[in-house]
Amino acid sequence: MVIFGIDLVLLISALMISATPVLLAAIGEAVVEKSGVLNLGVEGMMITGAVIGFIFAVNTQIPIYGFICAAIAGALLSVLFAVLTQYIMSNQVATGLGLTMVGLGLSALIGKPYEGIKSPTLSKIEIPILSDIPILGPMIFSHDAIVYFSVILVATVAFVISKTRIGLVLRAVGENQEAAHALGYKVVRIRFLAIMFGGATAGIGGAYISLARVPQWTEGMTAGAGWIALALVVFASWKPWRVLLGAYLFGGITVLQLNLQAIGVAIPVEILSMSPYLVTIVVLVGISLFGHHTAPGSLARPFHASQ
Amino acid sequence: MIRLEKRRNISKFWTTVTPVIAVFLTMSFGGLMFGLLLGDFSSAFGAIKLIFWDPLFDENFASYARPQLLVKAGPIILIAIGLSIGFKAGIWNIGAEGQYILGAIFGASVALSLYPQESVLIFPAMILAGALGGFIWALIPALLKVYFKTNEILVSLMLVYVAENILASVSQGLLRNPEGMGLPGSRNLKDYPSAHNSEILVNSGMHWGVLTAFLAVILAYFLFLKHQKGYEIRIAGEAPKAAYFAGINPSKTIIFCMGMSGLLAGMAGLFEVAGPAGQITMSFNSGYGFTAIIVAFLGRLNPLGILLAGLLMALTYIGGEIAQLMLGLPGASIQLLQGMLLFFLLATDIFTNYRIKSRGS
Repeated sequence: MVIFGIDLVLLISALMISATPVLLAAIGEAVVEKSGVLNLGVEGMMITGAVIGFIFAVNTQIPIYGFICAAIAGALLSVLFAVLTQYIMSNQVATGLGLTMVGLGLSALIGKPYEGIKSPTLSKIEIPILSDIPILGPMIFSHDAIVYFSVILVATVAFVISKTRIGLVLRAVGENQEAAHALGYKVVRIRFLAIMFGGATAGIGGAYISLARVPQWTEGMTAGAGWIALALVVFASWKPWRVLLGAYLFGGITVLQLNLQAIGVAIPVEILSMSPYLVTIVVLVGISLFGHHTAPGSLARPFHASQ
Repeated sequence: MIRLEKRRNISKFWTTVTPVIAVFLTMSFGGLMFGLLLGDFSSAFGAIKLIFWDPLFDENFASYARPQLLVKAGPIILIAIGLSIGFKAGIWNIGAEGQYILGAIFGASVALSLYPQESVLIFPAMILAGALGGFIWALIPALLKVYFKTNEILVSLMLVYVAENILASVSQGLLRNPEGMGLPGSRNLKDYPSAHNSEILVNSGMHWGVLTAFLAVILAYFLFLKHQKGYEIRIAGEAPKAAYFAGINPSKTIIFCMGMSGLLAGMAGLFEVAGPAGQITMSFNSGYGFTAIIVAFLGRLNPLGILLAGLLMALTYIGGEIAQLMLGLPGASIQLLQGMLLFFLLATDIFTNYRIKSRGS
């Protein structure tokens, strides 16, 4: 199916790949924000995941090890944020910004020797039978493991948040921290774990950029993906399935503008390059206009249990 | 076991002392990091001295570094003062980098469109245009917040990426030097006397932007100490509900805070492009807009604190350059050092807001 010189099958397939990094980071951040914490350090955790994942994948030549190490690195970096905001009661906005700065500096530093190297790539997993469906098969069921993982993760998070006890506690802590504390839930401990989960998924998301989407390491290569992930959480009104929808919409715009650049449409390259960011702003406005403001009640409020 | 007890009022003593502690911690851990990088811990102290001491006091570097200190500190302080106004009110403009770029583009456009006419009015017109550019760019997130309650953090940051693309576009198209043999980048304003932001005193590093930054420090000091508006901003940040019931219009506060920070960031961009940078290029912006966020916090959102913090941050830039040159330390390690500084500051903040007590006492 080719429309205006753009192959639709390739477009959708590329869209899913392009959306996966922000999807992973955003679903993690959604959990963090559901617990009542605003971590603006997503960009920093993503870029750290990108560089650590790349280094381990190149040295072991096994991409999956890269992703595992990226998850650990992202989680470790987020521990820094968790300790500062949960135990030392620092300002969440400032700490998150600091985390992004540290992540960008750290990654540039340790990634220097790895510039210009190609990473091993993930192999595609063709899902039996489903991948044989015409058009739909190559579009959706012929991807690498992380793309499937991201979708499964969204489904799991959606299920856990809305249907399980753990999800209920998480939401309680995020909606009303004092009440949750009075009921005996360990507010700080639950938030700590949520932050680490967000760090791990942001790390994997970052590694997907350096190991699959590009696949190379360059300084600052996440180029705002972490911030877009943060915007997606707002766009999604903190609902997991809407995070997926938002990520794919965003991925679609990214891929479309790249395709338009490639076929040489008479729109300046810069306008096309800035379009994902502009669309994000427009969508944020739209959501504020028509969406339900369902931000967790205790979002970004520090919690200190005084006796 | 230790426990924390929230202070009723923040401690004045710790507010002043913690930035100093944070700087020392950063030096210690930074030294450790450099030791690790250089594979030689005995040189760690030397690296720290090279960054924090030598630019000012070593005669080999001081003649170059001292003026540079003002050149680098000027825009950072100017932006940070603007940001601090918003931060005090709980309005998070983190897109100063974009407002800085737009200010530079607006200001430079005025000069480039008048080239090669000479007039004393050109430079003041450029400053106005630069301020306007930053103001307009900051007004976008402000108005979206006022009318649609859109998150200003995300919008102002998204606009940085948009501004970078505009910068890339104009430096290759609209503002490209017609005599530049097709290379990207505008005319060099250093060769255009009426538009050049020259040093006020030769070899002092003191240009009009630095002077403006100092002026902004003084004005901000009086704004918060003496002026009704400064009081309103503080109330809006510390007790939004009380501010609302006291009749302080939140929309006006948002527009004032965002607008002021954009205006100052835009001016900083103009002074940079007309002075030290000289021309609009694709890589014209160098992250001052983000560094200024650290400076605003390090200075405790206090104008005098920001002045000192800005000078310190400028020192790390220059010291970092020297360390890169002399020791081959990677440039990114300075960025990391700056991030560490912010982290240590936030970590030691606990002493200003809480009393630490051992359990049972």
